[in-house]
Amino acid sequence: MTENQDASSPSRHPTRRDVVAGGTMLPIAMSMSSGAVAQSVSGNDAPSTVSVNLTVNGTRHALALDPRTTLLDLLREQLDLTGTKKGCDQGQCGACTVLIDGRRVVSCLTLAVMKEGASITTIEGLARDGVLHPLQQAFIDHDAFQCGYCTSGQICSAAGLIAEGKAKTADEIRELMSGNICRCGAYPNIVAAIQQAMGQS
Amino acid sequence: MIGFQYSHASTVADAVRLMSNNPGAKFVAGGTNLVDLMKVDVERPTRLIDVSKLPLDRIEEAAGGGVRIGALVRNADIAYHPLIERRYPMLSSALLSGASQQLRNMASAGGNLLQRTRCAYFYDITMPCNKRNAGSGCSAIDGLNRMNAILGTSDACIAVHPSDMCVALAVLEAKVHVTSPRGDRVIAFADFHRLPGNTPQRETDLNPDELVTAIELPPRGFATNHTYLKIRDRLSYAFALVSVAVGLELDGGSITEARFALGGVAHKPWRNAQAEAALRGQAASEATFARAADLVVSDARGFGHNTFKIDLARRAMIRALSQAARGTPQSQSNKKIA
Repeated sequence: MTENQDASSPSRHPTRRDVVAGGTMLPIAMSMSSGAVAQSVSGNDAPSTVSVNLTVNGTRHALALDPRTTLLDLLREQLDLTGTKKGCDQGQCGACTVLIDGRRVVSCLTLAVMKEGASITTIEGLARDGVLHPLQQAFIDHDAFQCGYCTSGQICSAAGLIAEGKAKTADEIRELMSGNICRCGAYPNIVAAIQQAMGQS
Repeated sequence: MIGFQYSHASTVADAVRLMSNNPGAKFVAGGTNLVDLMKVDVERPTRLIDVSKLPLDRIEEAAGGGVRIGALVRNADIAYHPLIERRYPMLSSALLSGASQQLRNMASAGGNLLQRTRCAYFYDITMPCNKRNAGSGCSAIDGLNRMNAILGTSDACIAVHPSDMCVALAVLEAKVHVTSPRGDRVIAFADFHRLPGNTPQRETDLNPDELVTAIELPPRGFATNHTYLKIRDRLSYAFALVSVAVGLELDGGSITEARFALGGVAHKPWRNAQAEAALRGQAASEATFARAADLVVSDARGFGHNTFKIDLARRAMIRALSQAARGTPQSQSNKKIA
């Protein structure tokens, strides 16, 4: 992207390249102008925007959104929280798993405007004061990923699983984590990592 | 996804009034199926009426000894509710066999009833499908039909209903409470879903302006002798090839009451009154179960890729009836089939 294009795009958001180059996630709380969200997806008349207030990783956002906006696209494309991954975008892979008011859901099938007042936690919100969440540390300890694309979803899902308190055995962990697909096949190490975080290993 | 207007309903009356005033609108609660279908342009509502925050989110004991599940209770919350776990464990089991925990955390009870088929041709808007586009033809009958129906099919449609929860609700003979500007009514579960016939686009007895408010479970819960056995291509997070919900009551070794329903084989949860009658008063033996299973599959018809389901269904019924009679229901975490 050239300097000229930058200058001509006043609402430009950081790109993935910026984030990688900067080595850090830029915390950005922005109030969306209607102009920024009225981009028509399918060529139909763009519907009017809907106001919604969300808290994401402790930061409050007052937003005006095209009602088609999924929580996943909001996080990635407007709030620049690209840790949440888009895999299938149809609720079949779990890569986009986040916590809404502490419960794990797939953000790709969640319309953001339906979550007025909700508190959302993504992978970027799990660490505290620079200390990794026990699940993040456990995934590193157990080498519980290869390509890493499903990992954010796996870790958010596992955080939800531990909060639910229904899984005690490895069988139960496998069953209740089945909504998170890992095409690299890191499942044994993922189960081991979750067991460590649950204090079982 | 085409553009749509968005309305948030604050009361049930508000929701049904909005629907009456907006032909082409859809109610949305969990969104796990509707949003998915909107992304592929199979569903093209002009307006979404958000009912997700209506006060229909409780499970409570009903007059007469049953249990009433509010239409907005999430699937996971039904499955883990103490009243359901204790009195209707077959329903808990069926729910936990379906989808993933993320989706169960989102999906509502009412929405589960109204799930659309996952027939690949229904999802592919470039292909004929009578359910999506009435009169255009059925691509599955002579197409890739491995997941499709073997019972209750028509020349217009061989799609299956995808729900696990509904298979258990069929056995429990639940009642569906609905409301509209014309008032409330109650629909027996057997009458709620329809067979495809010549109108596969009409899947339920609901009118377009009616909202499901609750599912009522009668007192009889089959908590001692029950099972939900689901056979699928992978052990979790997959739709059923064949599933069987069973509720038995036994007196010694003799069957006093028997109900069972199949999922994954028809346009609605499939029960066969003749087969259930063949179990009552009989010894709970494999020979008895085989006779009942034979009665069910005697009506079955395969379409090529899915013909294997006929024998699979027969064996799954015998296995499930045996599990229920022994009082050893199928575990949904240890997948070894006992």
